[in-house]
Amino acid sequence: MKKLVSALVMIALVACLFTVTAMAEETPVKVGFIFLHDENSTYDLNFLNAAKEACEAKGVEYVLVTNIDEGQQCYDTAAELVEDEGCNIVFADSFGHESFMIQAAKDYPEVQFCHATGTRAHTEGLDNYHNAFASIYEGRFLAGVAAGLKLNEMIENGEFSAEEAKIGYVAAYPYAEVKSGYTSFFLGARYICPSATMEVTFTNSWYDEALEKEGATRLIGNNCKLISQHADSMGAPTACETAGVPDVSYNGSTVAACPNTFIVSSRINWAPYMEHMIECVQKGEPIEADWTGTIETGSVELSEINEAVAAAGTAEKIEEVKALLADGTLKVYDTATFTVGGETLESYLADVDDMGDFVPETEVISDGYFHESEYRSAPYFDLDIDGIVNIDA
Amino acid sequence: MHNKREPLLHISKRGAVKWYSAWLIRLAALVLAMLVCALVTTLTTGLNPLQIYATMWKGSFGSPRKIWVLSHDVAMLLCVSLAVTPAFRMKFWNIGAEGQTLAGCLAAASCMILLRNALPNWAIICCMVVASLLAGALWGLIPAFFKARWNTNETLFTLMMNYIATQLVAFFCVVWESPKGSGQIGIINQQSELGWLPVIGGQRYLLNILVVAFLCVAMYIYLNYSKHGYEISVVGESERTARYVGIKVDRIIIRTMVLSGAICGIAGLLLVGSTDHTLTTTLAGGNGFTAVMVSWLAKFNPIWMILTSFLITFLGRGASEISKAFSLNQSFADILTGIILFFIIGSEFFISYRVHLRGLAGKGAKQDV
Repeated sequence: MKKLVSALVMIALVACLFTVTAMAEETPVKVGFIFLHDENSTYDLNFLNAAKEACEAKGVEYVLVTNIDEGQQCYDTAAELVEDEGCNIVFADSFGHESFMIQAAKDYPEVQFCHATGTRAHTEGLDNYHNAFASIYEGRFLAGVAAGLKLNEMIENGEFSAEEAKIGYVAAYPYAEVKSGYTSFFLGARYICPSATMEVTFTNSWYDEALEKEGATRLIGNNCKLISQHADSMGAPTACETAGVPDVSYNGSTVAACPNTFIVSSRINWAPYMEHMIECVQKGEPIEADWTGTIETGSVELSEINEAVAAAGTAEKIEEVKALLADGTLKVYDTATFTVGGETLESYLADVDDMGDFVPETEVISDGYFHESEYRSAPYFDLDIDGIVNIDA
Repeated sequence: MHNKREPLLHISKRGAVKWYSAWLIRLAALVLAMLVCALVTTLTTGLNPLQIYATMWKGSFGSPRKIWVLSHDVAMLLCVSLAVTPAFRMKFWNIGAEGQTLAGCLAAASCMILLRNALPNWAIICCMVVASLLAGALWGLIPAFFKARWNTNETLFTLMMNYIATQLVAFFCVVWESPKGSGQIGIINQQSELGWLPVIGGQRYLLNILVVAFLCVAMYIYLNYSKHGYEISVVGESERTARYVGIKVDRIIIRTMVLSGAICGIAGLLLVGSTDHTLTTTLAGGNGFTAVMVSWLAKFNPIWMILTSFLITFLGRGASEISKAFSLNQSFADILTGIILFFIIGSEFFISYRVHLRGLAGKGAKQDV
């Protein structure tokens, strides 16, 4: 009897042990990352750093592949990462990689394909293809607050009148992501400095140092008092440093190169999403078709403020506005704060379902604000609001 | 005369070199290149050079998939190299293959986009073939016509035509962009696959490889065994001789450049119709310029070009594999490729010329006598 009991206890113990180990046992993960350029581009550098950080934090293997074109090379690389490297997650960082990632996702249904900035995951109906972005418009708004404070300071110092408070913005493409970015930045600045206006110029390239520099110089020549940009090179910040015009940059701090003009920078931190996708695969859970990071998830960040240039009290004000955004009392795209063609908007259809038909189908204004990045992660705010002038048009 | 100081080294032209000694020199250059690369690698990164070479090899031959991609890359580079070769043989320096390829890409893509709701699949493909051949040919014809008519500089002219083609493609990328404002086209007809060239035997790349293999043999025959090929050689040797024997040089220039452009057009067709199914300004991938080197290294011989385009593709793919495997910057891989190419191109110099060192020169001179 004793023997039987002890045997049963042993069996029970062993069984328990097995369940515990089985529960703790996670699917081993290896992530393959595809980057459009290498660390010389601030955009890709931001992803590269996040990839290393996330994989090292999660203790998983990873492979980084840089300089991959937005063409068949993207598909080939994805296939190689799966077949030859044994990756079970493939991540691509550039918008133009999307159709090739979808093609690969169809060919390798057992592998998870995650794509930053894409628009099609929620309509493709593939279980293993996912998009991610962040509510960077909130970060831009906060950066805009810093810009507004700086403008106010310069007005108070008598450098120019309130009516002359004009911002210049060097933009890449007239694409929703960019328009959403500069509009939220402008709204943040106007939230603080109500008389602010803005001029925008487009380079029609994501990375062109000469064009970006030229654009910034042109805006400064047009009497813009402060510059910001959505483009990936150091072109605009260095033009500002040369001319001595304050600059709010993007994708990371440029204080090292521009100590006398840099105020603050906003950026998306991709590490939280990357950690999330790794966790999902480890636990065998599905990854959302669309994932939007926020200030709370740690996906939207501001760099350190350059106190030498920023207006006094910038840090406090940003914290104050951040709290308002967090509890929902302040909305970036509150329709009461902007007009389009002189009208306040009550309804707007956006092309959220990107079927290649260019037909806007989703009502995105309700409860008095534009619901950005809620119906899909990639931005779809593409309105041209009053107060912003496109000088290329 | 005897008192004149001899220079430290002087160079003299070699006579005909036996084929095996030419290959010995090339082999020696390759070995030297590998040694210098190994030295640079160890000094700058501390990695074991043998490991680096093994990785390079793996980048091209590591798996069946890699071998397919390698073969396809070789084929596409070879295709453009074949295109520039007839013009080079008549000393018409066509460096506009990039633009001619892009013109072919643009033509094929426009057929896929504009005709997708109007014509059945087979008719779209027929239109694509004709349109890309014509577009490439036109991009070759324009500089040839100006050269024949007004003796313009073909190097500059063809180079400039590249930029026009790139800007045209950039323009149409905006016209056909999806979604709005992005400047991107994405995969064309991803759902319907209209205008996609057929996949042979389940192998995505086989069609392109077969087409280029056929072109390669055809070009060899055309250049070596046809009247056209002979005329091209005569014009290349001496325009005056060609005129003297009654060859209409202007006609040959135009005809040859139309052929060059048309073959680039085929490369464009294969890229858009068979593999990439998209249109971007970087679709030709610099092959138009690399092809110049491929063609030169092979001394304008289409069969040797298989080897030279393989070599350059192998180096390129190996270089990418190194940067991936060791997390090194792509620039490091480019440095290695640069060193290897430097030695290979340099070896051609030592095949044609002999270097005499002072002191040794006396002996050398005696030997030469």
